[in-house]
Amino acid sequence: MLAELSLFSQAIILFAALVLLTSFIMLGQTRTMPLIFTFAWQGLLLAVVTVLVAHVSKHPHLYVSAALTVGLKVVLIPWLLHRLSVQLNMQYDSEELAHPSLLLLGGAALVIFSYYVSLPIVHLSGLATRNTIAVSIAVELIGMLLMIVRRTAVAQVIGFMSMENGLFFSAVVSTYGMPLIVELGVAFDVLVAAILFGVFFIHLRDSLDSLDVNRLNRLSEADDAVPLPETISAPPTGTHS
Amino acid sequence: MDSQLIAWAHAALQALLFVAAAPLLTGWVNRVKCHLQNRAAAPVWQPYRDLAKLLRKRMVLAENASWLFRDVPYIVFGAMLLAAAVVPLVAVRLPTAAIADVIVLVGFFALARFFTALAGLDIGTAFGGMGASREMMVSALAEPAMLMAVFTLSMTAATTNLSIATEYILQAGLVLRPSFLFALLGLAMVAVAECSRIPVDNPATHLELTMLHEAMILEYSGRYLALIEWASQIKLMIYAVLIVDFFFPWGIARDFSAAALAISAVAVTAKLMLLGVVLVAWETVLAKKRLFRVPQFLGYAFLLSLLGVLSHVVLETGG
Repeated sequence: MLAELSLFSQAIILFAALVLLTSFIMLGQTRTMPLIFTFAWQGLLLAVVTVLVAHVSKHPHLYVSAALTVGLKVVLIPWLLHRLSVQLNMQYDSEELAHPSLLLLGGAALVIFSYYVSLPIVHLSGLATRNTIAVSIAVELIGMLLMIVRRTAVAQVIGFMSMENGLFFSAVVSTYGMPLIVELGVAFDVLVAAILFGVFFIHLRDSLDSLDVNRLNRLSEADDAVPLPETISAPPTGTHS
Repeated sequence: MDSQLIAWAHAALQALLFVAAAPLLTGWVNRVKCHLQNRAAAPVWQPYRDLAKLLRKRMVLAENASWLFRDVPYIVFGAMLLAAAVVPLVAVRLPTAAIADVIVLVGFFALARFFTALAGLDIGTAFGGMGASREMMVSALAEPAMLMAVFTLSMTAATTNLSIATEYILQAGLVLRPSFLFALLGLAMVAVAECSRIPVDNPATHLELTMLHEAMILEYSGRYLALIEWASQIKLMIYAVLIVDFFFPWGIARDFSAAALAISAVAVTAKLMLLGVVLVAWETVLAKKRLFRVPQFLGYAFLLSLLGVLSHVVLETGG
């Protein structure tokens, strides 16, 4: 029962619930800038959870993980995404969701699903944080749902990063964190991914004039009777000027 | 037997106090709102003056008004009076709380709303019908969210009796419950929608196309209007006291001694005043939403309440 835990353990559970709440806010948020800020908040709350777990479980290497989380997911990646969306002049963009309420209920269904999935682990585990495993899986799955339902590239990147948040979260609460070298590697990977996504955005913008990834599915020959201007003006292959 | 009698007397007195203090809360909210918006403020007891004026005035009834139209103000006021008797204001252990639990409380609200909507339809004006349909839309979405929030609290306290639930929360002391946080947010959003406040409805507007609650009671005047206005003030007070009782119950009296009751009265007044300021701040920073945005707003309220239930099951009961 909750009342029997120490105040620190209760705080872990409270902040874990808040991380889940930020996932839902991201699911419902259609504007670009608030989406990025919510992602930063999720990172911050996750760092708080990590610090609390480090304090309760006396695993000092988790402080390093928390510092990495703050540095990367609260400051650097949101800043990169923010700068990119200002550069590409889409900071006021918003996309229309087809069924916002249905989407949120889908998120709630994912929470129930992850509770059901994690029930055997919870029964086996003796950790104080075992109840939050379900929440961490839910954060992962909601990140995936975000990637599935959104059309803009920025929202999909946020969904991807949020999934990574969920992974890190479940590592922290189920085994008190991965080995530090793995965590460093993952953090570096995420950073590289963020930079690659930036390049990808710019190319997408250049070639499609929009960040709507649904347009990648269409063949330009099938839709447009007239060829695109750049294919006309482009020099024939094999000739160098 | 004697202590039973005292308890009933206290419950009756408390319900009367509830009804008598409700316009004061509205007056306080209006006054703070005026101050925050740089307007000259009416005194706190202005709602009492309005009610007295309306009670003195002659009524104008439409020719085709049926018995329903004439009885609805009494039904609405009666339902709110009964609802107010159930909610612990200054003391827990109310004998009335054993008669009607929190689900019946939601039922009282539904009853009042149903009859108000019928009265809106009764006269046959366009605004009455429009207001009734809008109000029913809002309430159909708000009620599940409210019930979910209430279930969260009842699951924690293992009872739907408001008095016992409040006492349980009081005894548990400071426990950080994520489910309570979600339920608080959900219940606050429902309260905003149900009490016809911004962003769902604007209590000050008389512009026909935007009003929800006002459109239904447009045909009422005099004593009937006074009863309906008073009932909606009691409703606001009930929601405020519910939030205070469930989430910040500290200070409420657990016995009927004079000292405990005095402390409790001071505490509950301070908490309600604070809650009024929060409500005003919320209303000042937000604008009224379009009607078709309201389902989304209430969808979020439902989601928060649902998250409350889920986080209670997932996080708090333990595997």
